[in-house]
Amino acid sequence: MDFDLMITSFPKLLAATVVTLKLLSASLFFGLLLGLFFAILRINKNIFINKFAYGYSYVFRGTPLLVQIFIIYFGLGQIEYLRTTFLWVILKEPYWCAIIAFTLNTGAYTSEILRSAFQTIKPGIIEAGKSLGISNKIIFYKIQIPIAIRQSLPAYGNEIILMMKGTSLASTVTLMDLTGVAKYIISTTFKPIEVFIVAGGIYLFMTFIIHNLIKFLEKKYSFQ
Amino acid sequence: MELLAFGKTGWGDELFYATLMTIAVSITAMLVGFVFALIFTPLKISKYKTLNLVGNFYTTVIRGVPELLVIYLFFFGGSGAIMYVASIFGYYEYIEINAFITGSMAIGIISGAYSTEVFRGAIQSIDKGQFEAAKVLGINKFGQFYKIILPQMLRLAIPNLSNVWQITLKDTSLISVTGLVEIMRQSYVAAGSTRDPLFFYSFAAVLYLLLTYISMKLINKLEVRYSRGY
Repeated sequence: MDFDLMITSFPKLLAATVVTLKLLSASLFFGLLLGLFFAILRINKNIFINKFAYGYSYVFRGTPLLVQIFIIYFGLGQIEYLRTTFLWVILKEPYWCAIIAFTLNTGAYTSEILRSAFQTIKPGIIEAGKSLGISNKIIFYKIQIPIAIRQSLPAYGNEIILMMKGTSLASTVTLMDLTGVAKYIISTTFKPIEVFIVAGGIYLFMTFIIHNLIKFLEKKYSFQ
Repeated sequence: MELLAFGKTGWGDELFYATLMTIAVSITAMLVGFVFALIFTPLKISKYKTLNLVGNFYTTVIRGVPELLVIYLFFFGGSGAIMYVASIFGYYEYIEINAFITGSMAIGIISGAYSTEVFRGAIQSIDKGQFEAAKVLGINKFGQFYKIILPQMLRLAIPNLSNVWQITLKDTSLISVTGLVEIMRQSYVAAGSTRDPLFFYSFAAVLYLLLTYISMKLINKLEVRYSRGY
């Protein structure tokens, strides 16, 4: 055990954790909006809109995240037309490519989580709202969405942890996030176990925080 | 389309073999995972606190750390660890481990953590009376587990194991960083030499979609088979 390496690599890895957290928070924020949008499309009665939303979530849940990142980072740059538009400013940056890929990926999972939450809301609750003379729009925003969010908290907590692990793939498109820096230190020192313990410890600590945060929210917003 | 031709002119045959490699790694990793699950599930449901701790440590660490980091640990640390063990037995030559073995071990350990959770959940949801009845009938511990508990457990575990299979299948794409030629690696090579990454990565996505679709259909059949009588 090389404790000196563990101590000297800790600040470097901690600095890289900031990149990981930035990627995670940006993709979760956009992913939640996208997921909510597609979940609403999924409960739409129009079969085409419905199938479109299902297709989106099926494709992004059925393929590895690595393929999605590579298509966006390496693939989209190949289209000549894109290079001439303002989109190229975003797409040439690996940072934004990673965020786009993560957003699309977590959006697909989130839409499934929210959809099942919407569908488990008891019809009686909506009927009660209607009989009180509340408009459909208000029922949706003030009754259905809050209940759906509470219902989906446990599953969404898992998704946050999965996404946190997913951000490690940013290292494959040259971003120096926690895993990227860990790999760099391993490949220069050839001491995989020490670096794994430190980097893995940081990841576990983040998992622990997220897990407890979700537990706290679940308790706070429980019906009982 | 000529990019996908078989033979020397296209990448069709290479991608076909790469797909077979992905399937082979996934199945091996899943089986390695079952072995780990068979070791760690009893630890997690054991009466002894220390054994619980060991089981929980395994599942918590593996499920809380990115797959890529675990793969790097195995890729860079695998041959070192084997050489260390070999040196205890007096063998000092350089040993290189095959990328297939490293990859399926790394993915297997990850998949094992998920399988362990699935099996634990399945065992705990079996009615207590089943255990007691088996005991009363004088069936030994071995028979209790293999003849009474396991068949009931499998039925409950299959839907969740199908999720584990999907995760494992998708995780194998990460082994491409170690140079094992599976779908992702082959697409990377093809994309590099033809300068057509969009086509090859999209094709890789289609291959993965096909694999997940077909395996879903097969698992659904299995599910029906194991639910006979319910």
